[in-house]
Amino acid sequence: MLTETMLSETVLAQTDLRLNTTALDYFFVIFYFVLVLGIGVMARRSIASSLDFLLSGRALPAWVTGLAFISANLGAIELIGMMANGAQYGIPTVHYYWIGAIPAMVFLGIVMMPFYYGSKARSVPEFLRMRFNKTTQRVNGITFALAAVLIAGVNLYALGLVLEALLGWSLALAIPVAALVVLSYTFLGGLNAAIYNEVLQFFVILALLIPLTVAGLARVGGWDGLSAQVSGLPPGPEQLSAWPGTTLTEIANPFLSVLGIVFGLGFVLSFGYWTTNFAEVQRALSARNMSAARRTPIIAAFPKALIPLVIVIPGMIAGVLVPQLTTLKEGGATDVTYNNALSLLMNEVLPNGILGVALAGLLASFMAGMAANISSLNTVFTYDLWQDWVRPGRPDEYYLRIGRMVTVVGCLLAIGTAAIAGQYANLMDYIQALFSFFNAPLFAIFILGLFWKRMTGTAGWTGLISGTVAAVIVDSLVRGGVIPVSSQAGSFLGASAAFVVGIAVAVVVSTVTTPKPDSDLVGLVWALTPRGRRGKAVAEGAGVGGEFPGGPAAGGRGDVVAERRAVGVSAGLEGPDEEEGAWWQSPVVLGAIVLVLTLVLYLMFW
Amino acid sequence: MSESEERPPFDHAEAPSAASQLFDLRTIIALLFAVYGIVLIVQGLFFDSEAEIAKAGGIHINLWSGIGMVVVAVLFVIWAQMRPLVPPSER
Repeated sequence: MLTETMLSETVLAQTDLRLNTTALDYFFVIFYFVLVLGIGVMARRSIASSLDFLLSGRALPAWVTGLAFISANLGAIELIGMMANGAQYGIPTVHYYWIGAIPAMVFLGIVMMPFYYGSKARSVPEFLRMRFNKTTQRVNGITFALAAVLIAGVNLYALGLVLEALLGWSLALAIPVAALVVLSYTFLGGLNAAIYNEVLQFFVILALLIPLTVAGLARVGGWDGLSAQVSGLPPGPEQLSAWPGTTLTEIANPFLSVLGIVFGLGFVLSFGYWTTNFAEVQRALSARNMSAARRTPIIAAFPKALIPLVIVIPGMIAGVLVPQLTTLKEGGATDVTYNNALSLLMNEVLPNGILGVALAGLLASFMAGMAANISSLNTVFTYDLWQDWVRPGRPDEYYLRIGRMVTVVGCLLAIGTAAIAGQYANLMDYIQALFSFFNAPLFAIFILGLFWKRMTGTAGWTGLISGTVAAVIVDSLVRGGVIPVSSQAGSFLGASAAFVVGIAVAVVVSTVTTPKPDSDLVGLVWALTPRGRRGKAVAEGAGVGGEFPGGPAAGGRGDVVAERRAVGVSAGLEGPDEEEGAWWQSPVVLGAIVLVLTLVLYLMFW
Repeated sequence: MSESEERPPFDHAEAPSAASQLFDLRTIIALLFAVYGIVLIVQGLFFDSEAEIAKAGGIHINLWSGIGMVVVAVLFVIWAQMRPLVPPSER
C-alpha cells in the first residue's frame, strides 16, 4: 500500500500540476481566509453555554442549516471524486446525487426528523440511549468518535495532497497549517462558526464550479460540442445517458445494473449515510424549531439535485479538453489519474483572477469536510461520552470547556490519522470501508428500532457490534483476496453484510430479552407516536413547544418574540410576513417539489 | 451588521442563551462577493490579456463572474435590508 502511494506521488510530480497562480489569485484566497477567521471571532461573542457551542443554541433558520447540511457533504473528496467519475463515466455519475441522495434526504426530513428533533436528543448516540439503553449510546458514541477522527484525517490528508500538488507546499507543512485554520475558527465559535462558514463555503464552492462549467462549455463548443466529442471517446455514447449505467456499476446486464443502482446505491448506501450520519443530522438538530429542522435536509436536497450539473459536466469537459485525460480515456499510458480532473481543468480554462476564486473554493471544500467531522466529534464526546458517562453532573461551563478542549485534541489527532489515510492508495476505498464499518450497522438497528417496538435495548448494542464485526471480517477477506471482488464492490458487500447481520442479531436478541414498556417509547417508535407528532401538526413551528412539554429548547417558542424572529430571520427565502405554516414551508410540499425536480432532471438525461 | 436579538429568558439550564442569535451572515456573504466581484471586474476590464480570454473560449470569464458576484452581493444586501434580524428587546 505504502509503496503504491509513494509511486503514484513520484509519477504525479512529472506532469506539472502546479497552478499558474499570481499575486492576484492569492488575494482571493487570503481575503477568504480572513473572513473565515472573522466569522470564528464574531461567533465567539454568541457562545454562552455548552448548547450554544455544541448545538448552536438550536436557534438557526432553515436556510442556514440547509446550506450547511449540503456543504458538510460537499467536502473535497466528494468534489474531486465526483468530477473524476464524471471524466471517467460521464452522465451516469448523476446517480450518486439523484437516486443516491435525494430520496434519502427527503425521507430524513419528512419521516425521521420528527423523531430526532422531537426527542430533544442532542446527538444520534443520545437518541439511541432514549430508544435503547446507555450501553448502545456508549458503543455508538465511541465508534462515532473514532470514525470522526479517522475521516477528519482523510480530509486533512487530501487537502495536504492538493496544497502539495497545486502550490508546492510539503505535506509536513500543509497538513498542520490546514488543521490550524479549522481549529482556530471551530475553537472560537463552536458549531455556529462551523455552520456559518459552511454556508459561506457553499457559495464559494459555487463560485468555483459555475465559471468552470461556463468557461469549459465555451471551449468545447457548448453542450452539442461536448456530446459529439465525448461520444467519440470510450466508453462511447452511453456517457450521455444516465441509465442503465453499466459502466458505473460494472454489471454487464442492463436490468441487473439498474437494480443495483436502485437498491444498492438508492437504498442501502444512501439511506444508511444520510439518515444516521451525525455530522449531517447535527446540522438539522441545530435548527430553531421542528419545522426548520424538517426542512433542513429538504432545502439541502435542492442544491444537491442541481449541483451535479456543475460537477459532472465539467468532469466530462475535462475528459475531452485535457490531453492527458483524453489519453487516459483512450486507454493510453499517462502520468495523471482521473482524480486530477478538477485541478487540470481549472488550469486549462480559468484565467488568473477567477482561478484564485476557484482555489479558495477548493480549499473551502476541504475545510468544510473536516470542520463537520470535528464539530460533530465535539458534541458526541462532550455530551455522550463525558457528560453522560465519565463526569456527569458538573456545571455547564465545565462542559463548555471540555467541548473546546476536544476541538483541540480532535484536530491534533486528525493530524495523526492523516498519516493513516496516507497509507491508502485510493482514499475513496478507505472512506467506503469506514462507512461499511460504522454507518451500515447503525442504519440497521436504527430502522429496526424505529418500526419494531419489540426491539430491546440489549438488541441495540449487540446488533451494532455484530454488524461492525461482520463488516470488518468482509473487509479483511476482500483485502486478503479470499473474496475476489473489486474494493468498490467489496465495501458494498461489507455494508450489506453489516446491515443483514445487524438486523439478524438484533431480532434474535430481542426475542430473548425484555423490551421497554410502550410508555417509554412514545416519540421514539413509529407505531407508538401519535400521528400529530410525526405529521403535519408538527410542522407548525410555534406549536411545537406545547406538544413536547419539558423540552428545553422548544419550550416557550410560541411567544410573540419567537414568532417575530421566525419570520424575520429566515425570511428572504421565505416571503414577507408569512407564518411558518405557509404551504411552501411545509416539508411535505417541499419534499414533493424536489422529488419532481429530480425526476425532471432524470428525464432530461435519461 | 445588525446586532443579535434578545430571546426570552428560559428557566432550564440548557436553554439557548440570548447570545445565540448572531451577526447577520447575509452581510458577510455580501461583503465577500462584493470584494471578489469588484476585483474581478477591474481585472476583466483592464488587465486580461488575449491569451487569458482565449483560455475560456473567448468568454470574458473574469468580467462576467465579477458582474455575477456583484449581483449576488446586492441581492444579499437587499434581503438583509428588507428582513433585518429583529433588534434586541430589553431583557
